[in-house]
Parts: sequence; structure tokens; C-alpha cells
Amino acid sequence: MVYLIYKFARPWSPAIKLEGLEGVKKALLISIFMSKDIKIKKGLTIKLKGEAEKTLSSAPRSRTFAIRPSDFHLITPKMVVREGGKVQAGDTIFYSKSNELLKFVSPVSGTLTKIERGAKRVIKEITIEADPQDTFKNFGILSPDSSSAEAIKARLLESGCWPFIMQRPYAVIADTEQEPRDIFVSAFSSAPLANDCDFSLKGKEKELQAALTALSKLTKGQVHVGVDKSGSSPFKGLRDITLHTISGPHPAGNVGTQINKLGPVNKGEIVWTVAPQDLVIMGELLLTGKFNPERIIALSGSEVKTPKYYRTRIGSEAATFLYDSGLKDENVRVISGDVLTGKKISPKGHLGYYNITVTVIPEGDDYEFFGWTKPVFDKISTSRALTFSWLTPNKKYDLNTNTNGEHRAFVVTGNYEEVFPLDMFPMQMLKACMVQDLDEMEALGMYEVAPEDFALTEFVCVSKQPHQQIIRNGLDLMYKEIG
Amino acid sequence: MGLKQNLHKLKEKYAGTKMAPAFNALHTFLYTPNETTHSGSHVRVVDDLKRTMNTVIMALIPCLIFGIFNAGYQHYAAIDNTLRLDPLGNFFTWDNFMLGAWKVLPLVIVSYVVGLGVEFIFAIIKKHEVEEGYLVTGMLVPLIVPIDIPLWMLTVAVIFGVVIGKEVFGGTGMNILNPALTIRAFLFFAYPTWMSGDKVWVEGAQAMAGQPDAISGETILGTLAANGHPVYSLWDMFWGFIPGSVGETSTFLILLGALFLIFTKIGSWRIMLSAVIGAIAMGLIFNGVVNAGWIENGSKFYGLMNETWWHHLIIGGLAFGIVYMATDPVTASQTNKGKWIYGFFIGFISIMIRVFNPAYPEGVMLAILLMNVFAPTIDHYVVQGNVRKRLKRLKVKTA
Repeated sequence: MVYLIYKFARPWSPAIKLEGLEGVKKALLISIFMSKDIKIKKGLTIKLKGEAEKTLSSAPRSRTFAIRPSDFHLITPKMVVREGGKVQAGDTIFYSKSNELLKFVSPVSGTLTKIERGAKRVIKEITIEADPQDTFKNFGILSPDSSSAEAIKARLLESGCWPFIMQRPYAVIADTEQEPRDIFVSAFSSAPLANDCDFSLKGKEKELQAALTALSKLTKGQVHVGVDKSGSSPFKGLRDITLHTISGPHPAGNVGTQINKLGPVNKGEIVWTVAPQDLVIMGELLLTGKFNPERIIALSGSEVKTPKYYRTRIGSEAATFLYDSGLKDENVRVISGDVLTGKKISPKGHLGYYNITVTVIPEGDDYEFFGWTKPVFDKISTSRALTFSWLTPNKKYDLNTNTNGEHRAFVVTGNYEEVFPLDMFPMQMLKACMVQDLDEMEALGMYEVAPEDFALTEFVCVSKQPHQQIIRNGLDLMYKEIG
Repeated sequence: MGLKQNLHKLKEKYAGTKMAPAFNALHTFLYTPNETTHSGSHVRVVDDLKRTMNTVIMALIPCLIFGIFNAGYQHYAAIDNTLRLDPLGNFFTWDNFMLGAWKVLPLVIVSYVVGLGVEFIFAIIKKHEVEEGYLVTGMLVPLIVPIDIPLWMLTVAVIFGVVIGKEVFGGTGMNILNPALTIRAFLFFAYPTWMSGDKVWVEGAQAMAGQPDAISGETILGTLAANGHPVYSLWDMFWGFIPGSVGETSTFLILLGALFLIFTKIGSWRIMLSAVIGAIAMGLIFNGVVNAGWIENGSKFYGLMNETWWHHLIIGGLAFGIVYMATDPVTASQTNKGKWIYGFFIGFISIMIRVFNPAYPEGVMLAILLMNVFAPTIDHYVVQGNVRKRLKRLKVKTA
């Protein structure tokens, strides 16, 4: 009998071998309660105008490329290359001041022309003028199947692929010392106007497999991959992973939601997360020895004339694809990322290191006469207080960047919970962060969250509080005091 | 848009000065500001605090209008009892409206002018924006006081309520007690003769006391507390043609308001429903006590205890309190589970106070204030449940 249970439960939990009878019990529980089919109930799918059409164009080659150290949270760069230095794609530009192993490499071959510094000489942006043709540093081919964990780790570190691995707690680049309990990959995004990974990863199965096999050697746990139940993900045929099908409204595609449902982070544990397109870059590195940071980005948003997909590179000028598609208006917000979590960039700025979506929406810097009391049909609301978006659940909206109200203290309760699927109390968590109560933050589950998990609560916030910033500050404080 | 530009220029001019919060409060009343997001979520829902508060006010307007007519109606009906034979026919009359408006509108104006005045002063001193909390409080206050309350008393009470009930805690969103009920409780304990008895609920009763043509109007709870029999029919109670505080008499309109608040998702249905369940539970218990013969006919509790359980829902301020005051999100429990517990005890304790305190036979005010105090404790234990789950998970892992 026990053997049968063991056999039945084995594929779900390799941990069973280590934990004996307790492991059997757990595996049984997992197989019964933790179905591989996960349905998210709470949340909100925001439907916006300007979805990228599923055609792929190559963006013109960018003249300059930029790396912003602010994309790598809490990393202080120590420069290796000086202004005027020549680099190949894959050459280290800087490493982390606190950890020499953690290297950041050039996405392109060319000449480092400018290191822009801000207050206290903090490096804000490193600009590289690109050569007409790329030359790559050769790291050598490394077969993930036959290589040891140490060799893989060393290769990822020296090639600058390590920064693609994020960790929780603290939502920062993974610690190079600690082994993760599990690794999580969300193979789709449910964010508004997001990149459809099923489309942008098409034909990349080989690279994905190489990266996943390599990663699976770096943990005793599993590599969990969450795919959209209704999609046709290239991950579906891959091995060395545990596949979960996810359905439900946004944030079903957020890796944080999936971690919370599959195996929440406990105190003292570390899990890694990797984004799917980053896996492709890792895989290509292992298979060819080249660091080739190509991106298939979705250019979307209501202000883009022909929203579609572009093949480009990390750090490219946004203008290369923005003006290829054309913008409808001057007064727009260009966001490197999706509308919920992205960073504002200038139209002349550069694509962020991790972003695979660029969204352009109208700026909302105008007053609205009696905007707080008149009936509203053209904006999204989660209430029905003379707001009528509940009547048209399938309508696509053209939202701008107006806050639709001023910053206030927390007043309304219960509306965050409606869009927050994680098993914790969002408002209490935010308040704990605001008063910097470390014990309370830990008790409420701070180790499990990243700022992006609070993007929807921020979206629906009646008091217009900056939730993601509050959580980020809370995580930083914890990292400083505890981590 | 000349006005828009001019106001924008004025805003730039006032920016950073002491008067900026006061100016902005007026400006944002006319125009939703041109503020944009900077990071995090670049788009936001249309709902803001002004809209939320405005929705509650909309739900209160029918009660206010009814209260105005009822003030006149109760006065004339007390003089000429025959009017009560056809309440509906004699209710929506010009005379009733004029008398009611003459008495009620000053209450509304005093409440808003004094309350918002205090808010503006605090906003200027503490250099923060004027928050919208008082918009609802200011409408609630005139609806929960007796019609004849002198305006100076109201002024004193509003200042007390806003300063001690809210601003000392840090303003809107930070207060422990419901400000409107703090104001009423202040009146209740400071000037009890103006807040209870049989002389305060009908316009002119106090002034004409002792004269040959004296009128009086006892509330139903007052009658029951004295073991009397109310002269009003159940339908009168439901529609609201009865004496009471200005805006709380019509259970029907309160019910409509409740449905509106629940539909718009502004009011918590959990609190409303559980409070009704709590009130029914206590009513049934008291009915059971009477049926078991534990309370004698002559007991001072008999009248109220013997009242059929569901009658409690349509008399007194219970319904108004449950729908408009218990649901104040700041002072209520903030967790969904906590709301059930919080609401239940409001209903339960309201009826308990009602029965056991015949001198001041309405318990909903004190019940809500009491539960306001306990709300953070309830939330604490609800949140601890989640925390314990997390700790247990950790224990299983490390064991």
C-alpha cells in the first residue's frame, strides 16, 4: 500500500527520497490537494486598447545601447571598462561591488562612450556605441546534460547570465552562495498588453530545454513551470521540469502568484525565478558559447500606430522600433515594461534589461471638470459608484496616466483582497512596511512577495497609494536588517 | 476653458504656501487634478476617495429629504392627531416641507461649516491636503440628532467630535471611533435632556412644554421601555412616519440606501448582513426568555423584551446605524472575516443595550462605538490566523 502511494506520488516530489515516511505523507497530500492544474480566482484582467499584432519584424539596428544599473536592484557597479574602451558582446562591463563573481556584460560589441553619473556619483547609465556587426566573446559550448552543477554555475556567472536569475525573498538578483529550494518559471504573462510568450518563444524549444536542464542541476528541488491553460506553450513538451497549467485572471501569470500556490517561500528558504525569454539567452549561451541577448518585444499600447512584435536587443534605443511603428501623439508615456510594473522612459531612451514589452499610452496631465462625481463610461473601475465598466466586461479601454484622484490615507477596505490571490493580508502588509515593523512584515509573509505582486492592488487603490514602492522599501529594509 | 487655465495659474501661485491645502481642496472639488503616475502602476482605476464618499452621500439624500418632511409632519400630527389616519396623504405637503426645511437645513449647514472649518484649519496647520472623510460625517450628523437640538450645542459637539474623534489621531483614515457617533455621544452625555425623553423628538415640543396646547411625541422605544403600547402601526414604522432623530425613521429608505451601497460595492454587505443576524439573534433570545416565563409582566424589561424579534429591525436607529455608520471602513474591522464578527456583535449588543437600558433606549450608537474599539482586536486575531498558518508551514518544513 505504502509502496503504491510512493509510486503514485513519486513524480511530484523527489523530496520524498530524503524525507521517508513524512515525505510519503506530504507527497500524498500534494498529489491530492496540490493539483497541477491551478485556478486563480481573485484578480482582475485589465483589457486595454493597442494589443500587439502577432507579426514579427526586425527593428533597425540601434546606434547606441545603454545599461542602467538601476535595473539591477541594490547592485552597486564597479566598472571594468573605462570610457573609450572597446568591448565585444559578452565582455564584462562591470561587476557587483559586494560580489566580484556577479558580472554584468555588454549586450553588443562596440565602444563604451559614456558613463553618466548622478548625485553622489551613482552610475545612472552606461552607453555603448555599437559596431555595425557584432563580434562575440566565445565562452565555449557547455552541454547541460553532461556538465556538473559547479561548471554550469561558473559559466552562468562569467557570461553575465546570472543576473537573469532572481530570487525571493527580497526580489533581487540571486545570491551566488545559496542553493535554491525550487526554481519557478512563469511561461506566460497575464498583465495588460503583455508579450504573448507562446508567440515570442516559438521555435526556441532547444534553447529553453538547455537552460532548464542546466537550472534543474542547480537545485535539489524542482523547476516549476507555469503555463497558460488555454495556450500552446513551447514548454509543454520539455523535460526536467514540473509543468503546471494555470488559469484565471491577472495576476495568474505572475510568478509570485504561482509560487504562492505551488510552494510559498518560508523563512530561511530561497527560491529562484527566471523569465522565459531570459532562459532563451541562457540556453543559447550554453549551446553556442555566445552571449546573444536578443529580445522579441511586444510594442503595444493605444498610442502606437501599428502595435506588433519586434526583434531587437537588450539595451536598444526605443526609437528604433517606436518610430518604425509610429506614435499617434506627442504627449505620450513610453513605458519599458507593461503598464502595471514597467519603468517610464523617454522616447529617446533605451529598452530596460529585463523588459520584453514596451507600452505607449497617453499622458493624463490634464484636469477633468467634476471628474470625481460625474458618471464614467470610458475608464475602468472596480466599484459601481456611477462607474459603468461593470456593464461592459469585454470592452477594451484607453487609459491614460492620470491618477484620477489625489493621494490619501488608507480608507476603503476589502477592495485589495478582491484582486489579490496570495494567501496574505495586503493592506496589513503595506501598513507594516510603512511603519517599518520588521517582525510584523516577516509574520505577514514578506519573504514571499515582490513589488509586482502589489501592482493590481495599486491599480485599484482608492487612496492612490504607491503600493509597489512601499513594498520595495519594505523589502530593502528587511534585506539591510535581516538578509 | 478659461476657468481651468485660471485655476491652474492660481494653483501654481499658491503652491508651497500655507493656504495651498485650502485652495487645493476647492480646486479639486471642481476639477480632478492633473496629477499623473510616476512609477509602479502607470494606470489607475477611476475611483477616488471623493467618489467613494460622494456615493455614500447619495445614499443619504433620500433619508434627508424624508427627514425634512417628517419633521413638519410630526409637528402638525402632534397638534392634530387626525392627520395620522392618512399619513401618506398628509405627509408630502408644502407646510411639512417648509417647517422641516426651516429646522433641518440649519443643522446641515452648521454641521458642514463647522466640521469642514475644523478640517481646513487642521489641514493648513499640519500642511496636508483636506481629506474627504467629513463629507459623509457632515451629512450623517444632522440625520442622527433630534430636530430641536440647539445649534450652539451642535457646534460644540461637532468641534469636539472632529478634533478629539478624528484629528488627534491624525485625520481621515486614522481614527478609532466613528466621528459622527462621537459627536452624537458627546451630545448624549453632555446634554441628555436634549437627547432623550418625550419632549425632543417633535419640533416645538420642548418650547411648548407646560402650556395648555403642549405637544409631545414619544419614540416607540420610549413607549416600549415604559411598558406602553406604541400607537403606530408596523407600516408606519417601516415607511418612517414616526418620531425619531431627523433622518433615521424610514426603514424603507434605509433599505434602499443599503441596496445602493451594496450594489456600488461601497458599503460592506458582510457588516450589514451580520449585524442584522446579530440583532435577530438577540431579539429571539429575549423573546425566548419571555416565553419561558423568566420575566414577569410587570418587569421594567418586559415591554422591550416582549417585542417581537423582527420589530426591533424597523424601530429606533438600528437600521440607520447598521447601514451608514457600522460600515464606515476606517473604524470597522478591516478584514473580511473580522467584518462578520464585528457586524454580528453590533446587532447583538444594540438590542441588548436597548432592552437593559430603558432610560436611554437606543443601543446602536453605543454598540457601534464599543465595537469600533474592539475592531482592531478582532482584526488582530483574524490576521494572526494567517500568521499561524505560515508558522505551521515552517514548522512542518523544519521538523
